[in-house]
Amino acid sequence: MENKKLKILAFVTTALVLLSMYMVFFSLPVMRSGAGEVLDSSFKIFYFHMPIAITAYFAFFIVFAASVMQLKSHDVKWDIYARSAAEIGVIFALLVLITGSIWAMATWGWYWIWEPRLTTSLALFLVYVTYLLLRQAIEDPESRARLASVFGIVGFVSVPLSFFSIRLWRSAHPLMFGEAMYGSTGGGLEGSNLQFTLVVNFLAFLALFLTLFIYKSNMEILKEEIHVLRVSRR
Amino acid sequence: MIRSLYIAAKDLRTELRTKQVLNSMLVFSIVVMVIFSLSLSDVLSDSSVIDRLAPGLLWIAFIFAGMLGITRTFASETENSCLEGLRLCPVDSAAIYTGKAISSMCLMFIVEIVTVPVFMVLFNYNIPNIPVISIVILLGTAGFSVVGTLLSALTVKTRTREILLPVLLLPLLVPVLIPAVMATGKILAGEGIVQIIMELRLIAVYDIIFFTLARMLFDYTLEG
Repeated sequence: MENKKLKILAFVTTALVLLSMYMVFFSLPVMRSGAGEVLDSSFKIFYFHMPIAITAYFAFFIVFAASVMQLKSHDVKWDIYARSAAEIGVIFALLVLITGSIWAMATWGWYWIWEPRLTTSLALFLVYVTYLLLRQAIEDPESRARLASVFGIVGFVSVPLSFFSIRLWRSAHPLMFGEAMYGSTGGGLEGSNLQFTLVVNFLAFLALFLTLFIYKSNMEILKEEIHVLRVSRR
Repeated sequence: MIRSLYIAAKDLRTELRTKQVLNSMLVFSIVVMVIFSLSLSDVLSDSSVIDRLAPGLLWIAFIFAGMLGITRTFASETENSCLEGLRLCPVDSAAIYTGKAISSMCLMFIVEIVTVPVFMVLFNYNIPNIPVISIVILLGTAGFSVVGTLLSALTVKTRTREILLPVLLLPLLVPVLIPAVMATGKILAGEGIVQIIMELRLIAVYDIIFFTLARMLFDYTLEG
């Protein structure tokens, strides 16, 4: 039964991702500037960029929450959740950096500038890469779970702080929604078609994350079982 | 609080008897300064370039030297199962953490007190506002040792702790390094304490948050 649900989820995810791709590449209207000339389509990457970024933050929040629970309850299941979310989150964070850099090259002319959001995303990515490194370096599963949880909590707390510290610089990253705290807004998204595309992309990436997360944690549970079997056979 | 001072005093006493860590930290940071000075010898005469390089160079030297010290804070306790002895002490584990953080902070201050004059000599540079810059260095160093001590305890049982600790530490230090370097830069450019209040506040917040967090979490790092 569990297996069947998973298959349905995987199927829905595939459909959503395909739909979101179709909408981004084929159904979006051509972008025009105020004067009516056709702009290049580099902006379309935003429809991937922002949902992936939010999903990555979500994944790291799961790492944080699971780490807290792990320290409280010493249940191996929280450790499994933490490591599954961290691994997928790192991939998503890397994708955020890559898609952002591609867009920046097309628009600003540089792949990278030292700017609040970029630096925060980079710090975020590095913190969780080191989190995975730490996990690799500890052999004993119990202390690995405990120490990784401590780092998972500390790392998560450092991220908002690094955002505030980097905000001392002026930001060049466009803000799509809400009032800009500094710098200029990116203009926002108008028109229901565009907003709908964004929503579909959100759902697609969230579903993708959930599917990967469930598969990954199931795999980790199996690994634990194998480990237990091996130890008991000795 | 007084108990953590005992722990710190114990650490500093053993350190001052052997001076193993302190000497290597001092020599290392001086060597780093010499290397910087050598590699930048072309621009040494141009003080406007030094103005812009100095904050980064100083903090790189502090951080690298601090890394050397911080790996030893708990590694030195692994011999003769000192760590178990330390945990058997009738003190809170948070007191052990605080003591360790204080002692590593003291070592770093000694190194910094030596490094800054060496920097001024080698770079033929005059630091304008010594009291204000010491506040920045003080707060920044506190942030470094607060996080470093926790991670040092975290990595002490791993196989590759000497390599792992710097790698783990640097991303977490981003929030303290950026304001510290910026504040140092502003002071070197001749600005007073009023202009860097924002940076100082950020570093102080970082210190407080991580100190509280580390005191809470420290117990878990020593278990088992």
